[in-house]
Amino acid sequence: MASVTFRDVRKAFGSVEVLHGVSIDIEEGQFVVLVGPSGCGKSTLLRMLAGLEHITAGEILIGDRVVNTLPPKERDIAMVFQNYALYPHITVAENMGFSLKLKGVSKKEIESLVSPAAEMLGLSHLLDRYPRQLSGGQRQRVAMGRAIVRKPQVFLFDEPLSNLDAKLRVSMRTEIKNLHQRLKTTTVYVTHDQIEAMTMADKIVVMHDGIVAQVGAPLDLYDRPENLFVAGFIGSPAMNMVTGTLDANDRNIFVTGDGERLPIAEPGDAEPGREMIYGVRPEHFQLGGDTTLRVEVVEPTGSETHVVAFLGETEIVCVFRERISAGPGDELKVTIDAGSVHLFDAKEGDRLSV
Amino acid sequence: MTDVPLTPRRPLLARFLESRNGLGLLFMLPAAVFLLCFLTYPLGLGVWLGFTDTRIGRTGEFIGLENYIWLFDDPIFWLSVYNTILYTVVASVLKFGLGLWLALILNEHLPFKTFFRAIILLPWVVPTVLSALAFWWIYDSQFSIISWVLMQWGLIDTPINFLGQPNHARASVIAANVWRGIPFVAISLLAGLQTIPQSLNEAAALDGATSWQRFTKVTLPLLTPIIAVVMTFSVLFTFTDFQLIYVLTRGGPVNATHLMATLSFQRAIPGGQLGEGAAIAVAMIPFLLAAILFSFFGLQRRRWQQGND
Repeated sequence: MASVTFRDVRKAFGSVEVLHGVSIDIEEGQFVVLVGPSGCGKSTLLRMLAGLEHITAGEILIGDRVVNTLPPKERDIAMVFQNYALYPHITVAENMGFSLKLKGVSKKEIESLVSPAAEMLGLSHLLDRYPRQLSGGQRQRVAMGRAIVRKPQVFLFDEPLSNLDAKLRVSMRTEIKNLHQRLKTTTVYVTHDQIEAMTMADKIVVMHDGIVAQVGAPLDLYDRPENLFVAGFIGSPAMNMVTGTLDANDRNIFVTGDGERLPIAEPGDAEPGREMIYGVRPEHFQLGGDTTLRVEVVEPTGSETHVVAFLGETEIVCVFRERISAGPGDELKVTIDAGSVHLFDAKEGDRLSV
Repeated sequence: MTDVPLTPRRPLLARFLESRNGLGLLFMLPAAVFLLCFLTYPLGLGVWLGFTDTRIGRTGEFIGLENYIWLFDDPIFWLSVYNTILYTVVASVLKFGLGLWLALILNEHLPFKTFFRAIILLPWVVPTVLSALAFWWIYDSQFSIISWVLMQWGLIDTPINFLGQPNHARASVIAANVWRGIPFVAISLLAGLQTIPQSLNEAAALDGATSWQRFTKVTLPLLTPIIAVVMTFSVLFTFTDFQLIYVLTRGGPVNATHLMATLSFQRAIPGGQLGEGAAIAVAMIPFLLAAILFSFFGLQRRRWQQGND
């Protein structure tokens, strides 16, 4: 186990810089998820940590050792690839023991290391099969087994669940999390799926266009996004955003462009007159009150009801625990939970409210 | 009750043309005619001629195995068999080694990669006779550029007699064949290399493999199916080679470079002994069959290639 540190890491492909100075501290044993839309540089960052990409500037440390120029095999890390990268010409057991065999470990010892790992992942009955003969989930487990057997300092996962179907993805998510709780190995996990990030991480790093947008515990990011990007990226359905400004006479009232008046409990240092964005999550609406919505679509999911509606001219989504029988065009009276409202600068995207 | 309309029985031809099998047969016909006329018939005729004493201008009679018994005692025939095997084995090994090496280089990130890939194909694109003529000049006993360069460097005093001495001639024709055959091997293996996902090499690098181990433990095993196909074809092409030898040496000096194909032609057409020439050609069949059988077993799907997906 070891900590991982990125210090102002930059990456350029030719003249195009894709990472503009990324600094992240990862403590020993932490499960850190790098999340962001495709092209944000998260995979590149992971591959730089693995030693598969050259580091243009800055430093990457594993433990207290700078690894910038170390080849991958000397970094003592294991990686699970998106396509699993299992060797197709050798069996599951040989795949899992490949790194040990290269190290010259004896056959007996390899077996004694591979079989408990296989046991842990439920692969014992598949050890003699070839990768082709396995299902997607089994291949995924073999890839993890190959990583576990080596007992590395750090585990790297590069979008490991994106090739699986939705149901399997949920169960593998739990399995990976379980595995981490048992082995307590430092883990860096890359995904574009914010649900994966929210459910698995000790710490989430949200990346956007080659910079770190925010670092924090999952619920901190959810409850207090530092900027518009994180606010819009984390959470599903996404946060509703309405443009407008604070009322000049009452800073606890937000006036939208259409003249709707919405409540806000803690506007912080925000000053009236400036163009701002009022953000409220779908579940922070309650039925009954004095804000009027014009219903467009009602989507019952069973446990809750999603309502797509217009607030003035802005389309928003609300989630209610109640079942609602409104139809398109109906009016719906709601109350916004003024304490859960976020305020952002419209131009810079920075958080203004407390 | 409504009347069930009676459909009149349609003409046989119309029914035939509309049936699945009839139409299929019709579509197969051109290919079948082509195969029968240009492959089966000549092959059958060749085998038949081998059992006759046909000469040019005279229909022969069936003489059974007499041609083969005659060839069995013919030292020139056995020399050509030896030459053919030597030629095939040495040229194929060299083509494989150099072709694989080139393919590996071209698979790396090189500047002007596509340009080099195109250039590599040149020897394969140039008509054989043309390249053979070029080699004829390169190997000329007086004006050879190789001799000239070596003499300029002071390594030799007199020009090398490339095509005049048996072993020199053998080495020279093999070199020319290798030059011509490398593009096929290199480009095919390059195509094979590109089907190996980059992530496998990366995974092996993380697993602690050196670049040599990545080659022997990952790349090479995954390439074996392609290697088997490519080398089967390469061996077949080389074994039946004719043009290069015929332009460069015509089998000389003193039959030292006669391959079975050139000897067969020599005896049959300029020599007029069609029956004997055909018998030599037929004698190649067992060797070719052996090569095909070898590749058949070599090409069988390996266990790791089987399964779902």
